[in-house]
Amino acid sequence: MSVDSNAPLSPSRRQLLKVGALAAGGLMIGFALPFSGRSFAEQVINEGPEDGRTPTATALDAFIGIDRQGRVFFTVPKIEMGQGAQSGLATILAEELEVGLEQITLKEAPPNEQLYNDKLLNFQATGGSTSIRSNWEPLRRAGAAARLLLIQAAAGQWQLPADQLRAENGRVLGPDGRSLGYGELVDAAAQLPVPENVPLKTPEQFRLIGQPSRRLDTPDKVDGTARFTIDLTLPGMKHASTLTCPVLGGRLAEVDERAARQVPGVREVIRLDNAVAVIGDHTWAAFAGLRALEVRWDLGENADIGSDAMERDLHRALDGDDGAVANEAGDIEQALKEAASTFEAEYEMPFLAHAALEPMTCVAQVRPDAVELWVGTQVPVRAQTAAAEAAGRPPEQVIVNNQLIGGAFGRRLETDFITQAVAIAAKVDYPVKLTWTREEDTTHDLYRPHYVDRFAAALDGEGRLLGWRHHIAGASVLARFAPAAVPPNGLDGDAVEVAMHPIYAMEHLRVSYTPVPPKALLQSWWRGVGPLRSSFMLESFIDELALKAERDPVDYRLERLALHPRAQRVLRRAAEQAGWGEALPAGRGRGVAVQFVFGSYLATVVEVEVGEDKALRVRRIVSAIDCGRVINPVSVRAQIEGGTLFGLSAALFNEITLAEGRVQQTNFHDYRQLRISDAPPVEVQLIDSSEEPGGVGEAGTALIAPALVNAVAAASGTRVRRLPLVRAGYHVV
Amino acid sequence: MLTLSINGADLQVDVPEDMPLLWVLRDVLGLTGTKYGCGIAQCGACTVHLDGVAARACVLPVGSVGQRKVVTIEAMKEHPLGQRLQQAWLEDEVVQCGYCQPGQIMSAVALLAQNPAPDDQAIDLGMAGNLCRCCTYTRIRSAIKRVAQA
Repeated sequence: MSVDSNAPLSPSRRQLLKVGALAAGGLMIGFALPFSGRSFAEQVINEGPEDGRTPTATALDAFIGIDRQGRVFFTVPKIEMGQGAQSGLATILAEELEVGLEQITLKEAPPNEQLYNDKLLNFQATGGSTSIRSNWEPLRRAGAAARLLLIQAAAGQWQLPADQLRAENGRVLGPDGRSLGYGELVDAAAQLPVPENVPLKTPEQFRLIGQPSRRLDTPDKVDGTARFTIDLTLPGMKHASTLTCPVLGGRLAEVDERAARQVPGVREVIRLDNAVAVIGDHTWAAFAGLRALEVRWDLGENADIGSDAMERDLHRALDGDDGAVANEAGDIEQALKEAASTFEAEYEMPFLAHAALEPMTCVAQVRPDAVELWVGTQVPVRAQTAAAEAAGRPPEQVIVNNQLIGGAFGRRLETDFITQAVAIAAKVDYPVKLTWTREEDTTHDLYRPHYVDRFAAALDGEGRLLGWRHHIAGASVLARFAPAAVPPNGLDGDAVEVAMHPIYAMEHLRVSYTPVPPKALLQSWWRGVGPLRSSFMLESFIDELALKAERDPVDYRLERLALHPRAQRVLRRAAEQAGWGEALPAGRGRGVAVQFVFGSYLATVVEVEVGEDKALRVRRIVSAIDCGRVINPVSVRAQIEGGTLFGLSAALFNEITLAEGRVQQTNFHDYRQLRISDAPPVEVQLIDSSEEPGGVGEAGTALIAPALVNAVAAASGTRVRRLPLVRAGYHVV
Repeated sequence: MLTLSINGADLQVDVPEDMPLLWVLRDVLGLTGTKYGCGIAQCGACTVHLDGVAARACVLPVGSVGQRKVVTIEAMKEHPLGQRLQQAWLEDEVVQCGYCQPGQIMSAVALLAQNPAPDDQAIDLGMAGNLCRCCTYTRIRSAIKRVAQA
């Protein structure tokens, strides 16, 4: 996921840090300014201010603040949705600042793209497994600068050279045992100039980074006190739910609300362009009110679209021209003509819903002075913009209070439900909490696109890979989400990520992409983003090539990984740990896959058992990851475990289908999810590494499907080229 | 007016009898630890105890609760097994987004109350009604075993 990978990034070191005073006294350190290569940040970076003070009051929100009590306030540019990013970022800060994790109070960053743009994504978002990668270096630098300033302030007060002092646990210590708390030093520190050189701790000096630590958000989540958006109550607030037209593009025609008005607790029935909302004293009144409505829709032009028609479009696209060329090396057409043999295959992945357990929910209040949102969102600025448009107000009148997220997986990069909440709230004079039913959530998602990939490989006399032609067809998420980031030829950088630069060495390569807009669904990001697609396609195909060459799938891959020693290492480690090569009873098999995405190397081996009537049991999953420097090994393991099983759930069970323009799956009975009884053990091997940190939240999700189908092929001799496995007749036992 | 026994207290609520207990807890009594996930007893996010037995509050009409004692996640801080499981959940770093975890813990308490030393199969059976979309299942298993073996 990369929204604007071509934008220039020119962070100047000169103004990397800002120092200022808190309004109520204290020290502020800014670190986020150089993240964006543009606009306000660029101006500050290139033109000053030279005194190191922040130019506007709003900019102070970006800062690490230390008050006179020594409390550290950290405005986190990333949202917590279970991935542990906020605790990881706090750990990095605490390390360099020399405070304990428990001394840090986290604050959600408000919408401000000048301050909080992610430097890899180029917009303010939590996604693409960027949180640690983007903030690792600037956050360390900011923490270290604050520490240095506090030490200098103490040095001034004691009339001692700064190099005789050190910081520990929120205090500056002198050589003779004297000490001052950070709170006692912040006012003096705020008057000091930004240090020219900020030495960072060496890895040998780390006391938190690399050590297992407990996340900050978890205690409230085990005792029920954590508040998600769905749990919020405001004075005077009422509860709303909606029915949106079952066909995308349709309109509300007519509503008979008489029966709904009779439901106890129902207060209002609100008509929107494409939906109808019921407001009640409690959520149940809203739900029951919706069921009592008689609604007639003007279904629009998508009312006869089915999955078959959309699939035909995809295959037709592959039969047409090559589309936009993403990468070309050597001469694949010539190589295919001259090859000792060739091999062709086509793979397919379905539309997927996100199915976060907390359904889409937003609290909105439209007041004369402001529009205020309380909502868990991965994209605060887009949320602000959507609310402003829905209310017809300027964005600066929209306040966004970001919340804990009960599962996102990409769904909360979208703002459709926020728009709807504001449209409802605009019609009443009290705050409204919009809660979607599970059925609305499943049928009105924005879906991971259906993709079809076609490969043709040129092989030498021993079956070795000379090169391949790879043509991808599917909806472009980027073209809908950020059209300006897509060049005129339609090349979507997300759709071709990984595929564009396979890790396997080959002399000839041609990768191209044909965007095929879906007719009756909207496409969006889904955990694993582009690599989720590419890893399934590439790692299925390379496995087929290995089997065709009658080679061991691990050896066959290793032979083509000369340029990626880290990939070799994870592959060897996962294979070794999984007992690769050791004999298995009949009906069992192991499958392998490897990838380099999100800055991390991952290899996964799956062991399955395939019995009669395609009874499938996933017995064991072993992964090895090299994600560079590890901040918290427990979080890395947890993300690989959970992310892998999240991907397994979709690979086994999930497919969104369409009939007469309507999504056919509605709830967990027909959009099945992995349960504990289906979940195999996942073992994670962590490779020691001092490389830059890589992302881990999506790596496991992206790699499990190919390892799974490769294992099924090894166990049964049958290759599944289209997900999910239940579609091919497998049933999980 | 209905009288309900919730977490040891008798509470009176003025709600329709067909209203599911889930929404009475959440929207009327402010006990939001019990979550909505599916509304059809498929995900277990709404798990509470009725006389010590795990039940799905999203499909339980409040009028059918009667004299049975309702216990929610909010009472687990004072529940011996609840406390130990919550602690194990933290020690094994089970939690990711956390939305399903109150329901998971309620099911785990009910499981261990009935079977203090469940094997893997018994854990799977006892916990299969609770979905976790972050798929924290391996750690849920280990946390339950930690308490069972203690």
